[in-house]
Amino acid sequence: MKKDRIEKSRPERSRGEIIFYTAAALIALVGLAEATYLTAIFLSGETAVCGNSPDCFKVLGSSYAKIGSFPVSGLGALAYFSVFTFAIFAAFDYGRARKFFSLTVFTMFAVTLWLLFVQAFKLHAFCRYCLFSAALVFLLTGLVVARPSSIQRNPS
Amino acid sequence: MRRYAPFIIVGLVAALAIGGGTIFYRAKLAANPPLKISKEVAETKDTGYALGPANAPIILEEFGDFQCPPCGKLSEPINQLQKQHNLRVIFREFPLPMHSHAHEAACAAEAAGLQGRFWQMHDLLFREQPAWSNSPDARTLFNAYAGMLQLDLDRFKRDMDSNEVQQQVEMDRRRGTLIGVQTTPTIFLNNQAVPPEQLKPENFTGYVEAAVKNAKPSS
Repeated sequence: MKKDRIEKSRPERSRGEIIFYTAAALIALVGLAEATYLTAIFLSGETAVCGNSPDCFKVLGSSYAKIGSFPVSGLGALAYFSVFTFAIFAAFDYGRARKFFSLTVFTMFAVTLWLLFVQAFKLHAFCRYCLFSAALVFLLTGLVVARPSSIQRNPS
Repeated sequence: MRRYAPFIIVGLVAALAIGGGTIFYRAKLAANPPLKISKEVAETKDTGYALGPANAPIILEEFGDFQCPPCGKLSEPINQLQKQHNLRVIFREFPLPMHSHAHEAACAAEAAGLQGRFWQMHDLLFREQPAWSNSPDARTLFNAYAGMLQLDLDRFKRDMDSNEVQQQVEMDRRRGTLIGVQTTPTIFLNNQAVPPEQLKPENFTGYVEAAVKNAKPSS
């Protein structure tokens, strides 16, 4: 009887996990697409990306938008790709991937808070692309924080 | 098969992201070919401010923004080159929307131009760029500069808001947009755009001097 309960509960928990990590992977894909777009735009030297929004120009043209000559959006693309990779591996039951997944999402959350601080208090301007990306990171963080304990404690 | 599935999915997405990004990047580059001023645009009525003889072998046309730091860094080298090689230098207003005081600064230069002091205001705005760029009230500083240049201050203030000055700035900006100018400084030597890497102050003088040298035998 007890064994039967365990056998029944195991597939259900796995399904929850798969749905959770698939949702996270899809969100990361959207972020990856946006960050790749911004990186390609940055590298091509195109400046029309902001249309006539001075705030967007102010943010994307600021010294905070790049590290050396590498665009911050490029780092974002790498981060989203990492989240996607870890989410996919976690969905396929690779135990360590779960740890790296949470770690990457929390790191991205911290960086996003810093970037929002820079926009609000240093540049006094917000860029719609950055806000969209921040929303995606908040969504990912929300998912990680609010995920059911059965998923969190699932042994690898 | 299930064992390899995550590797396949991740590999596919990586290939898609890198491939898609590269295709998009190349498409953007192809859409922004090296700039050139067409004959039609070059022959339209010239309303910009120019220094040097009209028949100079080298005509340097700059689309600039007074609040753009790289433009400021090139201002003095261009002045020196103009004097040394008697170039014709044309300045066109191209204030970028990302610079909060750029449009006002362009208007200040044009308003000074109406009193015959465009180049003096041009030099002053670039020299004092760090001061007024960070000022919450740049207009007061522009009025002060007008005073320093001994302009009629009342007329200067009126002109800055006048349709004539606004239209002049807009005409320059439109000319730039028509050619494909997107950023500042964009500089043309005899209607050919100077490559971005040559716009660095350490490269620019040598690049223009080479152009002068090449232009001399045929002139």
